[in-house]
Amino acid sequence: MSGTPAIVAVDVTRTYQLDGVSVAALRGVSLTVPEGDYLAIVGTSGSGKSTLMHLLGGLDRPTGGTLLIGGRDVATLSPPEMARLRNETIGFVFQSFHLLARTTARDNVALPLVYRGIGRRERRARAAEMLERVGLAHRMDHRPNQMSGGEQQRVAIARALVTTPAVLLADEPTGNLDSTTGQAVLALLESLHAEGVAVVLVTHDREVAARAGRQIVMRDGLIVDPAPDGGEGAA
Amino acid sequence: MRLAEAWRVALDALRANRLRSVLTMLGVVIGVAAVVALVAIGTGTKQQIEQQVEGLGSNLLIVVPGRLEAGSAPSVSTLSLDDVEAVGRVVGDPGRVAVTVASGETVRAGSRSTFASIQGVLETTPTVFVRRLDRGGYLTRSDVSTARRVAVLGAGVATRLFGDRDPIGRQITIGGVRFRVIGTFERLGQSLGVDRDGEVHIPVTAAQRLLGTDRIDALAIRAPDRERIDVLGRDIVAVLGERHPDSDFSAVTQEQILGVLGDILGVLTGVLAAIAGISLLVGGVGVSNIMLVSVRERTREIGLRKAVGARPRDIGLQFLLEAVLLTTIGGVIGMALGISAALLVDRLSPVPAAVTWWSLALAFGVSALVGIAFGVVPAQRAGRLDPVVALRTE
Repeated sequence: MSGTPAIVAVDVTRTYQLDGVSVAALRGVSLTVPEGDYLAIVGTSGSGKSTLMHLLGGLDRPTGGTLLIGGRDVATLSPPEMARLRNETIGFVFQSFHLLARTTARDNVALPLVYRGIGRRERRARAAEMLERVGLAHRMDHRPNQMSGGEQQRVAIARALVTTPAVLLADEPTGNLDSTTGQAVLALLESLHAEGVAVVLVTHDREVAARAGRQIVMRDGLIVDPAPDGGEGAA
Repeated sequence: MRLAEAWRVALDALRANRLRSVLTMLGVVIGVAAVVALVAIGTGTKQQIEQQVEGLGSNLLIVVPGRLEAGSAPSVSTLSLDDVEAVGRVVGDPGRVAVTVASGETVRAGSRSTFASIQGVLETTPTVFVRRLDRGGYLTRSDVSTARRVAVLGAGVATRLFGDRDPIGRQITIGGVRFRVIGTFERLGQSLGVDRDGEVHIPVTAAQRLLGTDRIDALAIRAPDRERIDVLGRDIVAVLGERHPDSDFSAVTQEQILGVLGDILGVLTGVLAAIAGISLLVGGVGVSNIMLVSVRERTREIGLRKAVGARPRDIGLQFLLEAVLLTTIGGVIGMALGISAALLVDRLSPVPAAVTWWSLALAFGVSALVGIAFGVVPAQRAGRLDPVVALRTE
């Protein structure tokens, strides 16, 4: 797989039907996320960046164009195959952490492995390893409500990493955190990038985006910077 | 996702909402308990009646006037004691033929009185039916031939008239006529709410005189062997038909009576179980309702699980198992309650109850099925949720 881009989007569109009215959230986006990339997708609310993130993460399908995730064309995949693709290729980090409230940090981190059919003992061992990696070895058996926001987000990052995904998709990962904690979370993401994981950061915060290796700016469902014509593989 | 894992997740979810889970289960608990208890009562009653009919004696053939068919009117008996002799010749042994002429009368002893079923009978009754005496003796041939005014009391009648005193040799009046007590029957208990200890046996001749009739109501024959019982029945009906060309007669065996009673009680048990089943169904609707609420409440969790790789069927299975757990745990509790209720009823009331394995298996199976049937829609709804929408839900 070395050398294969983690994600390739060619002229991807996404149109929603709302009460019979077509609303175009993405109007032809082309984008490549190579292995080990550190990319920030910037845009205001309504620019289409969240829609793009859902597509890149395999949570949604484009209505037009071609989208390859891990080398596989999502148009050809059934819902169960999409689920498997997400499990194996993508690690999600959300603004609101999305941890299971009644579940310990360790079992939250182990959750993706459940859907891989890995046994409980091995899941817990791998989860412990990941929690150590994000500096939370001492919080293994704590529940989300016993942890700070920064700690919760680190648990979520550990959960995203536990399947050793090709891409870490982080949607406003610092949005619910104060700036110090946010910096620490970004530093963690960057150290992971340094270890070879591709990181795609979706944010409206220019400062956060500026730390990424490269940025794309979205507006009205299109990539406006870098300009599509001069940029990568416009259709 | 492995099945064991799915069970664990489902159980965790139920534990997280303990009160709600218990209340949801309650509907199933009550339904299953009702099914188990009512079927037990139905079965117990059926068994008891079967035992009682079998306990009357073996190879019994009952001959009654009229046709035993649905819709036929009850007939006035034209049978007389002369017919008994003729039947005795057909059977080959007059000692195997018993008769009855029955009437309800007030029986008095001193200042006490009670209502009793007066049975005019032959001395052959104890050889045809199984009736055990507690005290004294039974009617004799000479009692019958001389229409002697002597009586054998059922245990209930004896107690009501004489309390703890020995009634043997004492005087009673039946319909104003004096009789002397010569024996009492062993206690039999109740059957279908009818007191079987309320009988008084007197010589059929005395009874006919008392009631002002020369008829008898019915004949009972103890057939010499089981194989020929149907033939014997036809022969007797034929002989009686010759003697009374204008009347119909019917002979029924114990098996036929048991069959009819069994059918009636089977239907009764079925109806009871069906009524109880309705409450189980209502319980199932409750489960469905709560599962839909649960799916809505946990939409974010579903979205997250899908994002990290749960397939639609993993999510569906999780919710389906939750519903099945609710109903099967409820089913097991309901079974325990139903068994307890049946045992209590059996012990503390005159109504018999017998818990059968098939009713338990059925109740458990049905509760699991209810879980599946009423869990499928919420589970499918959960499985089909769009992860993007689910993740965005507040």
